[in-house]
Amino acid sequence: MDFLTLIQVLDSTIRLATPLLLACLAGLFSERAGIFDIGLEGKMLAAAFFSAAIAAVTGNVWLGLLAGVASSLALSALHGLASITFRGNQLISGLAVTMLASGFTVVIAQFWFQQGGRTPSLLTEGRFGPITFPFADAVSGVPVIGPIYAELLSGHSILVYLAFAAVPASWWLLYRTRFGLRLRAVGENPEAVDTAGISVVGLRFAAVGICGVLCGLAGAYLATSLQAGFVKDMTAGRGYIALAALIFAKWRPWHAMGACLLFGLLQAVALRFQNIELAGITIPVQMMDALPYILTVVILAGFVGKAIPPKAGGEPYVKER
Amino acid sequence: MEKMPKWADVVLIPVISLLLAAVISALVILGIGEDPVAAVKLMIDGALGSTYGWGYTLYYATNFLFTGLAVSVAFHARMFNIGGEGQAMLGGLGAALVCLYIPWPHWSMALAGGAIGAAIFGAAWAAIPAYLQARRGSHIVITTIMFNFIAAAVLNYVLVNLLRPAGSMDPATARFPEAVHLPTLHELLAPLGIEFSKAAPANVSFLVALAACVFVWLLIWRTKLGYEIRAYGKSEQGALYAGISPFKITMIAMLLSGALAGMMATNNVMGEAERLVLNSTEGAGFIGIAVALMGRSHPFGVFLAAILFGFLYQGGAELALWTKIPREMIVVIQALVILFTGALDNMVRMPLEKIFIALRKGKA
Repeated sequence: MDFLTLIQVLDSTIRLATPLLLACLAGLFSERAGIFDIGLEGKMLAAAFFSAAIAAVTGNVWLGLLAGVASSLALSALHGLASITFRGNQLISGLAVTMLASGFTVVIAQFWFQQGGRTPSLLTEGRFGPITFPFADAVSGVPVIGPIYAELLSGHSILVYLAFAAVPASWWLLYRTRFGLRLRAVGENPEAVDTAGISVVGLRFAAVGICGVLCGLAGAYLATSLQAGFVKDMTAGRGYIALAALIFAKWRPWHAMGACLLFGLLQAVALRFQNIELAGITIPVQMMDALPYILTVVILAGFVGKAIPPKAGGEPYVKER
Repeated sequence: MEKMPKWADVVLIPVISLLLAAVISALVILGIGEDPVAAVKLMIDGALGSTYGWGYTLYYATNFLFTGLAVSVAFHARMFNIGGEGQAMLGGLGAALVCLYIPWPHWSMALAGGAIGAAIFGAAWAAIPAYLQARRGSHIVITTIMFNFIAAAVLNYVLVNLLRPAGSMDPATARFPEAVHLPTLHELLAPLGIEFSKAAPANVSFLVALAACVFVWLLIWRTKLGYEIRAYGKSEQGALYAGISPFKITMIAMLLSGALAGMMATNNVMGEAERLVLNSTEGAGFIGIAVALMGRSHPFGVFLAAILFGFLYQGGAELALWTKIPREMIVVIQALVILFTGALDNMVRMPLEKIFIALRKGKA
């Protein structure tokens, strides 16, 4: 594999890791506050559809982004209503959210656009264009550093940079602010938080809201940057890979970035090479598809360190009287 | 003291939840400019108005019976097996191997052999998540989700690289031999003098599914093992105190669950397609969750819910054929049913409990 191919694979790794990273951080906030969310997939899908639909109709990608985030937030509110207010089963609620999104997007897409459940292809103004770093063209001729700067780092859409900036921001919010401390506490020991006179319900809704915004960004990125428009079930399991990455990262932001880059790399390699010859053994492409899930099961099984979820995760909080 | 009478819990709450889901679905249909009343009429006519419609309704119902029972058995042990889809996929592989490589003299033996093969493969696919839950504490929901995706990759590999007949582009196995052909309801009912549509795919495995319902009922409510499963599901601490091994119950409940999900293959793989194709399960594993929730994990409830979802599926196909309502409307309805009967259960339950308590006070 030559240097240029390597750069291209890494470049597509970044592109493919971005939606995973946004969704993974979304799940991080929710689960750290004690709300399991297997509905990341559905929220991304809804956001992908509404961002593409609004961007296609108005020709303004920012309005599209806004619509995407709003739709994802609406599903978050539903999840919050079911799992926080009515203390329902969070897993069932997440599943329902995903199904709802997968059905609704196609029904509405068909009603609005009559194109078999897809949106019209987005033109340039309906998409997030690449941001070229200063002097990218000038240095692209320089060996090694040139391609890394011009190809790998420069030329992504704004959401990519936003996603990677969200990692230190999440870390700072969770570990260096009062809100973050309380959010983590509510996922471990909500009774203690309640005793301190802080609203468990309010904190959890805040966390679920942050989760909705991040999932919205992830979905909008899929439909308006990575691809040009919405097609049926376009998230293709990315919400679950993000969930896998979250477990792989043991619910920590920086590790989440590492896990998402790893899973993004697997996707990029599977996309570029069908079967890989490695030391005389052919690794089938299906193995690359399954690897994130297999790795997550191995981590969950506790053979490589132990993945311990937030203690109060999945448990509805009942205030004592 | 019970907060409400048992009939309210078993009948009233599911019916109200279902009504809520139906009202919202009707609003959605109105929203996309179609007539919900006409849609319901069309669905009833298309799914129940002819033996052809019934044949499809029962065919889908058979799938949902197996996956619904699978989820129910795990629910009784307080486990959420979200992996019915993957287990059914692997069950399909088991059934296909049995049908392709063993020369069966008669369909009845093939059905038994195929069911066993499918059950073993399905159970094996549930065994790893079950073991990890029981011994390592890995959350069964997450591991079974992961195993759904791994199953899809495994099946893809096996169909593309191993079982695909030479020269075929289609990622599917060869057609099963003629002797393996399962009789359809048309063929079963003809000797009795009952006319049944020839084209519909409902087949003898519907009877297998009914037998599975009876089996699950006997097991859960009439055996010691069933008692242990329920006791473990109600209270792990209590079960432990009574000398019930959590490891044993977790494994048995999940293996049974996986086997039931796998046995769906007798219907969709052996009964209908008569070969294994890539996406043979078509989401039936997930509908099993809705069916189990609706049916309150009781085999009779599961039976009713499976018929209801079979009706929705066939009716939805008719809608897509004759109106502008796309097939995905069914997914919306299914999601609403899961939402109201599963996640928003308390939204219906809490006000009802208040009403019943108020009524009782009024009487006293």
